[in-house]
Amino acid sequence: MLTVFLIFFPLLISVLLLVLKPAHAKVWALAASIIELAASLFVAYSFDKNGGLQYFVNVPWIDSLGLSFYVAIDGISLLLVLLTTVLVPFIILSSFGHQYEKPSTFYGLILMMQMALVGVFTARDGLLFYLFWEAALIPIYFICLIWGGAERGRITLKFFIYTLAGSLFMLVALVYLYFLTPGEHTFNIYALYDAGAALGPYPQALIFWAMFVAFAIKMPVFPFHTWQPDTYTNAPTQGTMLLSGIMLKMGIYGVIRWLLPLVPLGVKEWGLTAVIISVIGIIYASCIAIVQKDLKRLIAYSSIAHVGLISAGIFTLSETGIQGAMIQMISHGILVVALFFIVDIIQRRTQTSELIKLGGIRNAAPIFTTVFIIVMLGSVALPSTSGFVGEFLLINSLVQYKFALGIVAGLTIILGAVYMLRSFQQSMSGEANAITATFTDLTGHEKLVLYPIVLMIIVIGVYPAPLLDISESAVKNIVEIYSNYSASVK
Amino acid sequence: MVNTEFLISLVPLFPLLGFLIVALNVRRLSHGVTAFIACGAILLSFITSVVLFTKLLSAPEAERSITVTLYQWFAAGSFSANISFLLDPLSSLFLLIITGVGFLIHVYSIGYMHDDKGFNRFFSYLNLFVFFMLLLVMGSNYLLMFVGWEGVGLCSYLLIGFWFKNQNYNDAANKAFIMNRVGDLGLLIGIVLIAWKFGSISYPDVFANALQNSEALKSHGILITWITMLLFVGAMGKSAQIPLYTWLPDAMAGPTPVSALIHAATMVTAGIYMIARNNVLYAMAPATLTVVMIVGLATAIFAATIALKQNDIKKVLAYSTVSQLGLMFLALGLGAFTAGIFHMATHAFFKALLFLGAGSVIHALGNEQDIRNMGGLKKYLPVTYMTFLIGVLAISGIPPFAGFFSKDEILANAFAQNKIVWVLAVGASLLTAFYMFRLFFLTFFGKERASHEKMHHIHESPKSILIPLIVLAILSLAGGFMGVPEVLHGSHWLSHYLAPVFASSTQFLAHHDHLSHATEYALMGGIVGATIILIIFAYSRYAKNNHVPATDETTTGLQRVLMNKYYIDELYNAIIVKPLYHISAVFEAFIERLGIDKLVNASGSFVVWGSRTARLLQNGSIGYYIFIMVIGIVLILVANNLK
Repeated sequence: MLTVFLIFFPLLISVLLLVLKPAHAKVWALAASIIELAASLFVAYSFDKNGGLQYFVNVPWIDSLGLSFYVAIDGISLLLVLLTTVLVPFIILSSFGHQYEKPSTFYGLILMMQMALVGVFTARDGLLFYLFWEAALIPIYFICLIWGGAERGRITLKFFIYTLAGSLFMLVALVYLYFLTPGEHTFNIYALYDAGAALGPYPQALIFWAMFVAFAIKMPVFPFHTWQPDTYTNAPTQGTMLLSGIMLKMGIYGVIRWLLPLVPLGVKEWGLTAVIISVIGIIYASCIAIVQKDLKRLIAYSSIAHVGLISAGIFTLSETGIQGAMIQMISHGILVVALFFIVDIIQRRTQTSELIKLGGIRNAAPIFTTVFIIVMLGSVALPSTSGFVGEFLLINSLVQYKFALGIVAGLTIILGAVYMLRSFQQSMSGEANAITATFTDLTGHEKLVLYPIVLMIIVIGVYPAPLLDISESAVKNIVEIYSNYSASVK
Repeated sequence: MVNTEFLISLVPLFPLLGFLIVALNVRRLSHGVTAFIACGAILLSFITSVVLFTKLLSAPEAERSITVTLYQWFAAGSFSANISFLLDPLSSLFLLIITGVGFLIHVYSIGYMHDDKGFNRFFSYLNLFVFFMLLLVMGSNYLLMFVGWEGVGLCSYLLIGFWFKNQNYNDAANKAFIMNRVGDLGLLIGIVLIAWKFGSISYPDVFANALQNSEALKSHGILITWITMLLFVGAMGKSAQIPLYTWLPDAMAGPTPVSALIHAATMVTAGIYMIARNNVLYAMAPATLTVVMIVGLATAIFAATIALKQNDIKKVLAYSTVSQLGLMFLALGLGAFTAGIFHMATHAFFKALLFLGAGSVIHALGNEQDIRNMGGLKKYLPVTYMTFLIGVLAISGIPPFAGFFSKDEILANAFAQNKIVWVLAVGASLLTAFYMFRLFFLTFFGKERASHEKMHHIHESPKSILIPLIVLAILSLAGGFMGVPEVLHGSHWLSHYLAPVFASSTQFLAHHDHLSHATEYALMGGIVGATIILIIFAYSRYAKNNHVPATDETTTGLQRVLMNKYYIDELYNAIIVKPLYHISAVFEAFIERLGIDKLVNASGSFVVWGSRTARLLQNGSIGYYIFIMVIGIVLILVANNLK
């Protein structure tokens, strides 16, 4: 039942906010997200890491569609649910410096988003997964459309259509598999696994690509990424945080849960292609980040590079790669929220995020500088920060998969340093100018967001074992499903 | 009786605590309290290291390797990494140097950084550096070494760009970090290969495994060559060897104590440590050893020639560091691991001394670094002068100063193996003596060339600066006695002490006959004689005849090439940095904006156009519906066939 609570409690508060429009909507939203966090921590606390599926609810919902409300939590789901419930309070808190119009709508939509995200990460029914998947798009669409920047209309529409088109491929693939389930058709995930695995290589390849395109657009990986930089730069900061911190993990999670075990032959046939595309994306996006003139766009491209590495690691189909992806998803989520908040802080004080107009912020804001440095170090994966563990495991898996690809992917540790150090130098160091001379250091709610994040970056870097333990057996399970199948067809 | 394992964990803990206390209270602590905490932390670490050292000495030889495991860092699949420390003769030697020299430089910094607004920040970075450096040499596995390895790189970055208002300094800091990252990628891939092929990343496991399978490893030499070469790429970055050395001279932008501690005595010797630690693997990879030898030798000569024509006191010392590190790699490449470590130790003393001496001069002259504007300083700075002289004698290899013994051991090894290598190494060594004395005479002898303004304010440095100079001078004078060779009636204590670390690799190295005593005497005498002749030449040119290097503009020909460091920076800029930016700009402008995004938008427009067309057709025409139906049936048939 706790899973049901985790999904519907944010929805309930969201509806209340939308209907009652109370004063202090942000406080209500923050309180709700903290209750949600507490509930998820309780789940984590009582979770048995070797216990397989837990907290499951499986009730038929719409028989004629074969839809069941089937949700459950295993280690992989738990980590992503935790990522969501940990980040949402910080995202809400980060908005306290803004005065958004129609606040109850704004915060209502954020909580509605949380509902859909938790749903995506726990659904075990294909159609239910798809419903949550699309449900996540609606609130973020409105957040970007109503509170976005100058060009929000055109950009948001592009984002909406692009991701919607992608997920239609997924829907077609899921429905196709549904009709292949024996007897009374069902969207139950295991029935779909069996149906997919029973197919020949050619249909599996088709399904592989249908699902891959849907997930690749969401993450996004090269070359499906062009909606992302515009959307990230135009969305309100909290929208960008939701998109980059949590929503893109839907795509990665989708690959792990709804692609690898679903069509093993397709993965076997096309996995290498997916790895190569992802690795190209790492280098490509890193290079573009190097020449960005706007800090926010630079971070948007750096995110594409990081996600490319995660995606490449997953398709090595090794435990090292997928575990690396799990820990890297957590780390990336925390870091990217912090990075976009850092840009937001700069932007609110100086009205710009163009690197050439900044510089010298260090002189006036030592605390902010220290925080920026630590977040930057996490982002360039310095050992003893959270970024290193995942990056090491991912590169490790790639080197073992194809040595040359591992080395090319490894270039990210050089290129990442190039663009991050440059952006830090240009925005923070040097002599102060007219607009940065009066830069005020971090204020109360900014510290409340950034201090815990900095702490998490270091703690996860120094002691990541507990997080990896949570997902270990679930990841092993996925790898086994795949390797058993591969062995059986050989 | 205190538990040894507990003591081992204390060594890195003190600087970590020092860092945390200072860093978290950086705006609250007074300078005095900060200095007390930061220096105290390193002193405690040093005392603990001394205690551990005596414990190792008193233990039987077989028990001189102690591992302490704190906890499991992370694990995934078959990979796992622990946080655990290894204390053995090699790491204990490094502990003494890092904390000992580190403590002296901390004390020196109290005086040197006295007026700096960033005093507290400076000491917090310095403590953090010592912590990571200790992790580097104490980690009992490759990944923990890598934590230290990148951690010291971070501190180096932070300290080079310490005066962050100057964007040139920030450029230097970025360059250091990025160039080191190039090396680190090699190291990281090497570690991954080790984890993969040996199934562990802990030193004892890997070495035992390698020894067990030595036949297979040697007969299929590719794997072991790849691993050792990749690790060496890491060493090239951190220890500033060709082609990854150009960051080190630029790193002189940092405060002088940083140059002494990080960019001379400790961090840059990490590559030496790493290869010495992996002596078993390197001994099985003769091809890599040859590469190490050639790179070391080439760097030693190349950097020495550049140093001949530098006029910035710190730049001369920086190139000399690059050159001396080259000599250490030469020793490692020859399989003379002890000689490499020995020279690392003596170099730590005399190069720290020289840098701190240079800092004292710079301090006295109000931040003047150009030796053309110095001269005649010996009577104003007597202590600095005397100690600097000892440092210069030590680096030039004049007996009985420390550098003589360690350099002689490297040269003797070279002579025994390859006469050409020996000739070239002697050349580098003679160049060193010349440019160091050129520096020395230009600074302390001859006419006073500093401005009146500067000469008016000149003063000998305070005690906190002079005492570390004196202690380091004593070490530079006496440090060589830890390795007096048999031929000079010594027992070479160091080689006995380190013997267990290098024991198992000797079987793989080609055996060379010992030189006869007569040959050794002849070599020593010849080299020392030639060195003295060069010193006299430098004296007459720079001290007696007051020759001052020409101004930058009037230099021509080869001199200009040397002064401009062979234009290597310009070369790297042209073949790496600029192309990277060009390619990136092309990606952004053409592929991204005109290619992919246009395609995406075009397909969007196509759908809009298509649906408009479809709407036009939706006019109740039966033909249209039949057409759609046929297509639908075809699609279903196709789909059925696919099953």
